[in-house]
Amino acid sequence: MTAELGHFALALALGLALLQAVLPLYGASRGRPALMDLARHTALGQFLLIAIAFGTLAKAYVSSDFSVAAVAQNSHSLKPLLYRLTGVWGNHEGSLLLWMLILTLFGAMVAVFGGSLRKTLQARVLAVQAMIGAGFLAFTLFTSNPFARVWPPPLDGAGLNPLLQDPGLAFHPPLLYFGYVGLSVAFSFAVAALLEGRVDRAWARWVRPWTLAAWAGLTAGIALGSWWAYYELGWGGFWFWDPVENASFMPWLAATALLHSAIAAERREALRSWTVLLAIVAFSLSLLGTFLVRSGVLTSVHAFATDPERGVFILLLLGVATGGALALYAWRAPTLGTGVPFRPVSREGALLLNNLVLVTACATVLLGTLYPLFLDALDAGKVSVGPPYFAATFVPLVAPALVAMAIGPMLAWKRGDLAGALGRLWLAALGAALAAGATLAYGETLAALGLGAAAWIGLGALVEWSERVRLGRAPAGEVWRRARSMPRAAWGGGLAHLGVAIVVAGITASQCFQSELILAMKPGDSARIAGYAIRFDGVSEVEGPNYRAERAMLSVLRDGAPAAVLTPERRFYPVERQHTTEAAIRTTLLADLYAVIGEDDAQTGRTVRLYHNPLVPWIWIGAIVMALGALISLSDRRLRLAAPARRRRQPAAA
Amino acid sequence: MTVRPMRPKRRRLALLASALALLGGAAALALTALDDTVRFFHSPSEIAAGAVAPGREFRLGGLVEEGSLERSGTSVSFRVVDGAHGVAVRYTGLLPDLFREGQGIVAMGALDGGRTFRATQILAKHDETYMPPEAAEALRRAQQEDGS
Repeated sequence: MTAELGHFALALALGLALLQAVLPLYGASRGRPALMDLARHTALGQFLLIAIAFGTLAKAYVSSDFSVAAVAQNSHSLKPLLYRLTGVWGNHEGSLLLWMLILTLFGAMVAVFGGSLRKTLQARVLAVQAMIGAGFLAFTLFTSNPFARVWPPPLDGAGLNPLLQDPGLAFHPPLLYFGYVGLSVAFSFAVAALLEGRVDRAWARWVRPWTLAAWAGLTAGIALGSWWAYYELGWGGFWFWDPVENASFMPWLAATALLHSAIAAERREALRSWTVLLAIVAFSLSLLGTFLVRSGVLTSVHAFATDPERGVFILLLLGVATGGALALYAWRAPTLGTGVPFRPVSREGALLLNNLVLVTACATVLLGTLYPLFLDALDAGKVSVGPPYFAATFVPLVAPALVAMAIGPMLAWKRGDLAGALGRLWLAALGAALAAGATLAYGETLAALGLGAAAWIGLGALVEWSERVRLGRAPAGEVWRRARSMPRAAWGGGLAHLGVAIVVAGITASQCFQSELILAMKPGDSARIAGYAIRFDGVSEVEGPNYRAERAMLSVLRDGAPAAVLTPERRFYPVERQHTTEAAIRTTLLADLYAVIGEDDAQTGRTVRLYHNPLVPWIWIGAIVMALGALISLSDRRLRLAAPARRRRQPAAA
Repeated sequence: MTVRPMRPKRRRLALLASALALLGGAAALALTALDDTVRFFHSPSEIAAGAVAPGREFRLGGLVEEGSLERSGTSVSFRVVDGAHGVAVRYTGLLPDLFREGQGIVAMGALDGGRTFRATQILAKHDETYMPPEAAEALRRAQQEDGS
């Protein structure tokens, strides 16, 4: 019965979404307050209904109700509770429901906290949100109903793909969706602004927190996904430039650009119409990503069984949303007017450079990702575009931006002093030169450039902070006072740049200084890697909650003294009849020792693969620092969602 | 320097020029990179027909022939077939968890002089029911040739 309740709630939500997509727009254009107010109530109603639907599906999973098809196909009664719960979104139907839960949550937040918005703008934003929601609800109801029943119900479920039974992947989709859907709010604001024909600072102030939240979610979600690939797939790598990875990376690049252009739009009313365009593009790329992942049109190392029918529907949604918004942009953008003039060397100029580079880099990733599709469509042969392409295009494009990254925040608005900024960055320049010089001693030019850039950006962020609080040039009390009164956005921005520096260092070191060893080992055999001796002590059988495992014991010796024991596993999940590899990782935070085992061979021994990955943990540490920076910025007074509402009780009718 | 703030028109022109320069550079970079790094896909039948020169990297798709898998130390050898023809594959390293005889795979590598495919990477699948599009394509091509 409960599954039908969930299904009914979804259908009701679709009805509300359709109402909300039409009536408030009409009300806004005719000046009918009652119709505009309707949007707020329907937005809350939609959220409530989707929450009910989501709750009923979660209940079906937790109580192992195998009469629901999605549960029977993706769950099993022996699965631990956590994975029964996360299994809700570990498949296509459930993940769509999660997507809509977040979408309607954000709609409800715009309804609740948007009291200070112009009435017409709020109504239009909610109407556009509802159009997106209606599209996805229709998609769910007509092509992928999560509440479909099977008769007779199977005795037990088919289980969840063991690779997905993992805490890292359990929370990867919710974070990623949070990011994708957060960008939908920026998109709705952009379309609403085009309908209004008005983009002002208040608009930019509203777009920024949503973009920040979305960006933090995307950053954390991508990092979590890459961490999962690193320890679960057993390939020793963290990023493969795979279409599915690119699908989440492109929206991230666009969102990063949007984040920066929105600063210029809010503070200086510069780059306004560009910001609107970016908001449209960022969400369109999210939809494109969804299409690429869900349709299975591309060969991907991460591809799951997919359904082409669904791909067509998403493509249609993508076409309507992107095409409609871009047409509206072409029609209305000229009425938005040009911004305040600025010189090329200025904060605005630096933000613009950031945007140009990020958008160009995003375009090359897009080209590399879609190129196989183009050729296939033209019947010009089946090809694949791999890491070498991205290394040859993305890296050289982004490199100059990394240099500019430390300089930009040091420039004044409107008119900056480049020589002065460089002079004040002498400490960062010195650090960069030292880091590069020290690395060059190992004979790696590329590594020297990367680590030099990391030092330059990281120290640049520290120099910018100490300049702001006048560290070393004012008494300690004054410094403390300045540090306390420094806007959160300045702390957050610097922290995010620091995070980028950490990530760049991690990627560079792990790419340039990785050691790898594949060999067959018998008990008692030893191998040497990066100054460690690894001794193979044998394999034992272990029973897990829903798997059996062969667990190898590898003793790690440093200078003859035992330093650690690595226990990589090969697991077998009887329900799914599938093997998985569990890597054993010993990290010092400066480097990872990484071991995986393969199958046994009676004559030569067991295949063992060993990696030594320097600075790899920094990639995820840096990503966390970046996301943290976004959250701190988000807590800035000026951006706090409810703050303007509290300040101004009067309805803001301009 | 005594540069006056540029008039909007000139400013936009300068902006456009720099954006175009960046895009042009990126396009040039991307196209040369594509030329060098794109890997074509070939089926066992195309290899049997001599369509692929040794030493050039490409992707091979098809099914792992039943009973063809042999291990020796850390390297494995097996045959990839498409229903009409087959090619011998050698690979050193750990096979993906879902690698099985009879299963569709995609492998990256190049032919050596002895017409053996030296794989550098074997694509793992996350899902049992998933057939790599390229493996399916190899079977389809072989079937078409059979029919015609």
